[in-house]
Order: sequence, then structure tokens, then C-alpha cells
Amino acid sequence: MSAPVLELRAVSYARPGVGREAVSGVSFALDAGETLALLGRSGSGKTTTLKLVNRLLEPTRGEVWLNGRRTADLEVTALRRGIGYVIQEIGLFPHFTVSANVGLVPRLEHWPAARALARVRELLTLVGLDPDTFAGRYPHQLSGGQRQRVGVARALAADPPLLLLDEPFGALDPVTRAELQREFRALEGKLGKAMAFVTHDVREALLVGTRIGLMQDGRLVFLGTPDEFRASAHPECRAFLAA
Amino acid sequence: MNIIEFYARNAREAIGLLGQHLVLVGISTLVAAAIGMPLGVALTRRPRWRGAVLGLANVFQTIPSLALFGFLIPLPFIGGIGARTAIVALVVYALLPIIRNTYTGITGVDPAVREAGLGMGMRDRELLWLVELPLSAPVILAGVRIATVVGVGTATIAAAIGAGGLGVYIFRGVATVNDTLILAGALPAALLALLADAGLGLVERRLRRT
Repeated sequence: MSAPVLELRAVSYARPGVGREAVSGVSFALDAGETLALLGRSGSGKTTTLKLVNRLLEPTRGEVWLNGRRTADLEVTALRRGIGYVIQEIGLFPHFTVSANVGLVPRLEHWPAARALARVRELLTLVGLDPDTFAGRYPHQLSGGQRQRVGVARALAADPPLLLLDEPFGALDPVTRAELQREFRALEGKLGKAMAFVTHDVREALLVGTRIGLMQDGRLVFLGTPDEFRASAHPECRAFLAA
Repeated sequence: MNIIEFYARNAREAIGLLGQHLVLVGISTLVAAAIGMPLGVALTRRPRWRGAVLGLANVFQTIPSLALFGFLIPLPFIGGIGARTAIVALVVYALLPIIRNTYTGITGVDPAVREAGLGMGMRDRELLWLVELPLSAPVILAGVRIATVVGVGTATIAAAIGAGGLGVYIFRGVATVNDTLILAGALPAALLALLADAGLGLVERRLRRT
């Protein structure tokens, strides 16, 4: 059996000088085509867990494995360029055009210009933005929903096997948000990538996740399918379902 | 004799002094930028040095300019009478706003944007050139603008150590109690400062727009 795309083995993280762990003994494995919705309240350690994967933070205990290799053994920039990263809308570079934003990793990787350009157009089309209309625009000339589409396209640029999404639709109005969630779901099937999707919205988690990971005080207190989540008796699951 | 008559009679000398003035300010600001910007960037990477470097630049700033020109005269290599000494002193004055604005400009870049860059696999150098410097360019340029405007004024004192410039008329006017002569130096210096301010301000606004 081949190794999972992403595997966390008892990963913990404590901020330097702080005794209490922000993430504590988190373990899970993620295969291609799976989306793990990391659900939890603010401060439960969801975002920190994502940052431990692309080494924006280094685990204080435990190991992270990517495609059968320890991330600690990989060169950090190479590791990050091999992982798509989507954050809330501020993550776009305000002084780059849409095209330059999406083509950033290809540029860092010194792709030939023609290939990078073709990839940018392909990705913009994939996320539902007409390349001729949007490629030359700047982020401030886009709506929130369009910016988020660009963010997803940018993360996909180098065709990474793993995508980390940190509340990608958090800053959107409810209508746009629902629209993007639906499209994202369709995209998931098409792409077949492993994804970790951080959200505090239980409906979003149930919609986009093939599995739900519920975090509470730095621990992964529940891990299972959406159906198992709905049936779970864990008090934090109940709390989210009642919300 | 009014100032217009004065310039008409001494056109060649006046233009020469204006030219000297421009050279003093231009060279010193460029040198200060060449030292101050990398230093400001270095401080963002080594925040522990921040207090010491900014403190020192601050102390330089507080030395009265006439005194600084005087202190420099006896020093070997950088001292002596003339333009070279004046440029050293002007560089010292121009450093603080350039270092400070470079530092604050870069540290003022939205942390989320910086983290996005790192998260996408930018190396430190790439982050600096592709993200931090472009986004902080207006603030850095504002520092250069302040340095230039201050430099135009301070450079008038350079005449005291034989470096020439528009200060020659001012000092001569003070010595002979001749208001026209003082004005002949002060007026173009003031105009020059305003012009530099407006010109660099224009570039700064253009940078801010994007």
C-alpha cells in the first residue's frame, strides 16, 4: 500500500516560552482525493496545525510525513512550493496582477514564461474566471469572491499533491460563500488532491469534507466521516451540531 | 541693489554655486541611500541591532550641523576643508530618515502578506525583493524625500568649511550685513527644497497608487 499524501504522527506544538501546547498529540493521515475539514472554535489549534504541515511553525514533538518523507528532512522552501496554500483574502499580493499572483510559484521555480502563462490561463478558467478579463487586474479591482478564486488558482499553480486551506471563504458574504463552497466541492472531485480545510463553520465542514477532524484545546477530539460526525455523542460535536 | 539686479550681475557665479549645491545634496543623498537602505533592511533581519543603530543615527542627528562640520575638519581621510568633508557630514544627517523609513516601511508590511509569501515557498531574498521592498517603496521614498529636503537646508552651512554652494552668499551676506546677499543664497535654497519635496512627493504618490 502506498504511503498517504500527508500523515501527522502525534504532532505537538508549544510557542517558545509558553508551557501550554497550542497543538497536542495530533495524528491523522490523508490520502489523495480526501478532504479533511479541520473544524473547531477560535484558538482550538486548527490554523496552527496547518502551519505545522508547511513548517511555518516547527513541531515541538511528533513528525509530519509528506508522500512517505519526513518534512523535517526536506528543504523548507522546496517543501512549501510542493504544497498549495490558500489563506483568507489578504493573502494575495496587492502589487501583483492576478496573473502574477497565480504564476508566483512557477516564477519562483523558473518555469519558461510561455508555460507559466498557459498554466495561469488554464487555472483561471478552472476556477471560473475568464483569463482575458481578469489576468491583468489587481486584487483591489476584484470582489471578495473573485479574490478567493484567484487564491485557489494560485495554490494549484505547481500542481501540488496537497492543498492547505485556512478558512478560505471566511471573509465572504453568505451568498458568495455558498456559491464558492458548491464550486469547491465540484473542484475537489475533479482534482483528486489531498486537502486540509480549516473552518469554524460546521455546515461548511460537512459540505466540503470527506472527513471531519474536530479540534478542541489543541487536541483532535473527533476524526471521522460526516455521517459519523452527525451521529457522534462527543459533547463538542454535539455543541457544533446544535449551533 | 535688489536681488534681481544682483543675479543679473552675478549670473555666472550664482549658477555655479547652485550647481555646487545640487552636487553636494545629490551625492550625499545618494550615498546615504546606498548605505541607509541596506542598513534598514539588515535591521529588519537583525532586530536586536535596531536600538543601537537607530540610536546612533539619532545622536548624529542631534549634533548641531555647524559643529559637525567643524569636528570633521581635523579628521584624516574624511576631513579637511572642502566638498568632501561637507558630503560626509550631509550623509551623516541623511542616514537617519532613510534607515528609519526603510525599517518601518518593511516592518509595516502586512504580516499576512509576508506569511503568504513564506507559505508559498519564497526564500528570504525573494520575499524582500518581490514583496517587502515593492510594498514599502512609498515609505522608503518618503525617507529619501525628508533626507533631501533637510540636506538642501543643511548644505548651506557647508560653505563654512569651504565646500561652496548657496551658503556662500548667506555667509557673505551675514558677514557684511547685506540682506540682498543673504536672500540671494536663501531664496534659491528654499525653492530648491520645495522643488525636491514636490518632485519626490509626486513619485511617492505614484508608487502609493499601485
